Amino acid sequence: MLKLNVNGQDREIDGVADDTPLLWVLRDELKLVGTKFGCGIAQCGACTVHLNGQPIRSCQMPASAVAGQKITTVEGLAKGEQLTALQQAWIEHDVAQCGYCQAGQLMSATALLAKNPNPTEAQINEFMAGNICRCGTYVRIKKAIKAAAAAGKGKA
Amino acid sequence: MNADMNLDTLVRDLVAGFEGEKAVAVSRRGFLKVGAGAAGGLVLALSAGLPSDAQAQAGPGGPPPIPFVPGAYVRIATDGKITLISKNPEIGQGIKTAFGVILAEELDAKWSDVTIVQADVNPAVYGTQFAGGSMSIPMAWDSLRNAGAGARAMLVAAAAKQWGVPESELTTSDSTVIHAASGKKASYGSLATAAAALPPPDVKSLKLKARKDYKLIGKRFTGADNDKLVQGKPLFALDVQIPGMKYAILEKCPSIGGKAKSFNVDEIKKLPGVLDAFIVEGTTPSKNVMQTAVLPGVAIIGKNTWAVFSARQKLKVEWDHSTASKDSWTDYVKQAKALSTKVQGDAVVKATGDVDKALAGGKTVEAFYQFAFVSHAQLEPQNTVAWYKGDSIELWAPTQLPNQAIVGGVVGLAADKVKLNQMRVGGGFGRRLLNDFVCEAAYLSKAINGPVKLVWTREDDMRHDSYRVGGFMAYKAGLDAQGKLAAFNAHMIGFKDTASGGTSTASGISANEFPVTYVNDYRASQSLMPLSMPVGPWRAPGSNTMAWVQQSFLGEVAAAAKKDHVEFLLELFGRKAGKGQDGADQMPGMPRQAGLNPDRAIGVIKMAAEKAGWGKPLPKGHALGLAFYFSHQGHVAEIAEVSVDKDKKVTVHKMTVAADVGPVVNLSGAENQCQGCVVDAIGTMGLEITMENGAAQQTNFDKYPLPRMPVSPEVNVHFVQSDFSPTGLGEPAFPPAVPAICNAIYAATGHRIRTLPITKEGFKIA
Ligand code: FES
Ligand code: FES
Repeated sequence: MLKLNVNGQDREIDGVADDTPLLWVLRDELKLVGTKFGCGIAQCGACTVHLNGQPIRSCQMPASAVAGQKITTVEGLAKGEQLTALQQAWIEHDVAQCGYCQAGQLMSATALLAKNPNPTEAQINEFMAGNICRCGTYVRIKKAIKAAAAAGKGKA
Repeated sequence: MNADMNLDTLVRDLVAGFEGEKAVAVSRRGFLKVGAGAAGGLVLALSAGLPSDAQAQAGPGGPPPIPFVPGAYVRIATDGKITLISKNPEIGQGIKTAFGVILAEELDAKWSDVTIVQADVNPAVYGTQFAGGSMSIPMAWDSLRNAGAGARAMLVAAAAKQWGVPESELTTSDSTVIHAASGKKASYGSLATAAAALPPPDVKSLKLKARKDYKLIGKRFTGADNDKLVQGKPLFALDVQIPGMKYAILEKCPSIGGKAKSFNVDEIKKLPGVLDAFIVEGTTPSKNVMQTAVLPGVAIIGKNTWAVFSARQKLKVEWDHSTASKDSWTDYVKQAKALSTKVQGDAVVKATGDVDKALAGGKTVEAFYQFAFVSHAQLEPQNTVAWYKGDSIELWAPTQLPNQAIVGGVVGLAADKVKLNQMRVGGGFGRRLLNDFVCEAAYLSKAINGPVKLVWTREDDMRHDSYRVGGFMAYKAGLDAQGKLAAFNAHMIGFKDTASGGTSTASGISANEFPVTYVNDYRASQSLMPLSMPVGPWRAPGSNTMAWVQQSFLGEVAAAAKKDHVEFLLELFGRKAGKGQDGADQMPGMPRQAGLNPDRAIGVIKMAAEKAGWGKPLPKGHALGLAFYFSHQGHVAEIAEVSVDKDKKVTVHKMTVAADVGPVVNLSGAENQCQGCVVDAIGTMGLEITMENGAAQQTNFDKYPLPRMPVSPEVNVHFVQSDFSPTGLGEPAFPPAVPAICNAIYAATGHRIRTLPITKEGFKIA
């Protein structure tokens, strides 16, 4: 029996092999399919989730290794209907093309702003470099991060 | 400039794929129908039901006319909610939003009343539903405008009847019919029931808006699915889960064409979570490139994705390589270099004047270019959920070319027994015009007689891509005494399919290729080497590489002539100014393609030069490079601003894109496509797939480093808003980007990049 805490909820999962990456437990067992599979070797960032607030590549993390720790997925960003400033900026700046990478991009961006609410261009580039967007929406991802950072100014 | 011909194969196959599915002729039995709406209200159900101009132009052999079907494009509920239906696959090109904007514009709908939904896959209703060749917009422009305007006319007629006033006194705005004289207003929702009872209008009576009257077209709209996307809602085929579904992988021979002889079946079947494992014989490959067969291999079926992925790591297959490809990139490079010494290739594609004589005297410029194979690498790996039910099959697939006949053929079912659910596609780039993965899922579902999700790994994806074909070009150009281009000789060294002997997809040179007809003495010829690696359409097929060799070389010629590059191109296009568009390669069964128009070329070159500050002082170490290319009916000029450090690291600081694609539908989406094309181009300049013994050597992103955020430049996009028929933007902004950057590298360093990837010349994108 595997016990996970995902998006604030305790979940119990039966019958998955110990070495199963968190990605596939989230997707196949918990039906949280917002977290995506792109490469399986920690190169693309499509599978990014938060582990105790830190971004990790869930394709490389055995689920059994994070039992009991706090996991947040893209489904857990919004508070009910209330989207985060980043999610809103993503919509306002029409960031997505195919949209497949965007859950991972949002998870990385969320972790970035949590750590550094007002990042420079260079800091954004560096932090986001682990997330590939094959459609090349980087111009807009950057814009949306800056907009959300500006919107969050003055807040705690 | 007319490398679009390389889509020929696609289109021929596409039309062939729909043989036997030809819809009945247009029925005029009605234009509207009333039915129960989702919200319990009445639905004004309207279909285009009319062959568009584009379809009419296609003539015999063209796509079948679209019959009347209620509710095909527009549905209006009595509560005022408007549902618009997008018929083509959404692959990231933004078509779902753009189609909605076109319909809503002519309907005069309030945008906030509108929801856009994906159409069922149903060629009898929608004709060909595919995403390719940037053709969604040009093919649907007329029929969608008519559908919107037809619905509007019905609503106006209903209000006129209700108020006893002539229709000519009524106007519409924001989903409302207005009678200014009396101050009466009625919402579309309140008129829907009455409108639905009226006879349909004649398409000839519909008055479409002039560009100046557009309220929506040309503005910015955020993507129709963005709200769902940012919340991680299930939209993709990979997200589909159905009760009782099993999971599958299919391991195929790394060398293309090899067959599985045996494998460690007992060991695999004992692994945790594995339910079955067996050899797949595959199906006979069709000659038709788009009707891909199931390749032989070994399938593992399991209870979840990880069960089959981890079992695969223990899989030991003995392959029969006797039928496998032996293709080697190293060998091709050697052969091509030898062939390049010939001024004329094996086959002359086009010749005018006497190019040999013209090149014998005066100043000449010569160069040899080489470009690599590359992979599509769309981020969502191939996958499909298939559920074979004996007498029918249902599939959920991320395809660019949904086709029931192709899939049905694999499992012995007629097209009408195949239900295909079009899912949002996690990147296309041309790869998913092939339905191989859809066919595989269908095959495996039948084999296990139940629902299954087939998931390719990234390694599967890169080993079994239909790559962008590599190639080579040997050029020689002659200048006259004034330094003007006088003679042009192009010898393309490309590929032909080993089995069929036909030119490989997107290889070879077109008889319409620029600068034919712009110089008197011209010759295009080609020599083709046999190739058995699969190649296929890749974003702006043919154009994306032809633009690079040609526009780089013209940059070389301009430099040799000591001419300013902008002036050089303007002089060249100016030779035919005012003469209208050229002939273009026409695709059988498709709407007429517009050709290169020198005036539009001149327009975008001037616009790019002005916006990029051509000729103005630049920051120290920066240099500009220009390129123009015409493809997919789009005229696009781009100017790159780069700097290169002492370690040959290239930084692209800025790209200025000037495009004339007719009226732009969604400005936000259009800019996004151009920005994406530029990033894609920057990345692709540094990438290659090499093959040895018929197997790709790069199989994941560690060896195939896609561009990341730090290399993404500032991209400034400018559109010429013209009244020419619009075209799509998924492709035409890609081709000029690479040569613009290479021309800028030359301006910065004096070094001419003649090999792609640029790493082969010691350069690197920083
Ligand atoms: S799938 Fe985890 S990084 Fe690519
Ligand atoms: S939007 Fe398609 S991969 Fe990022």
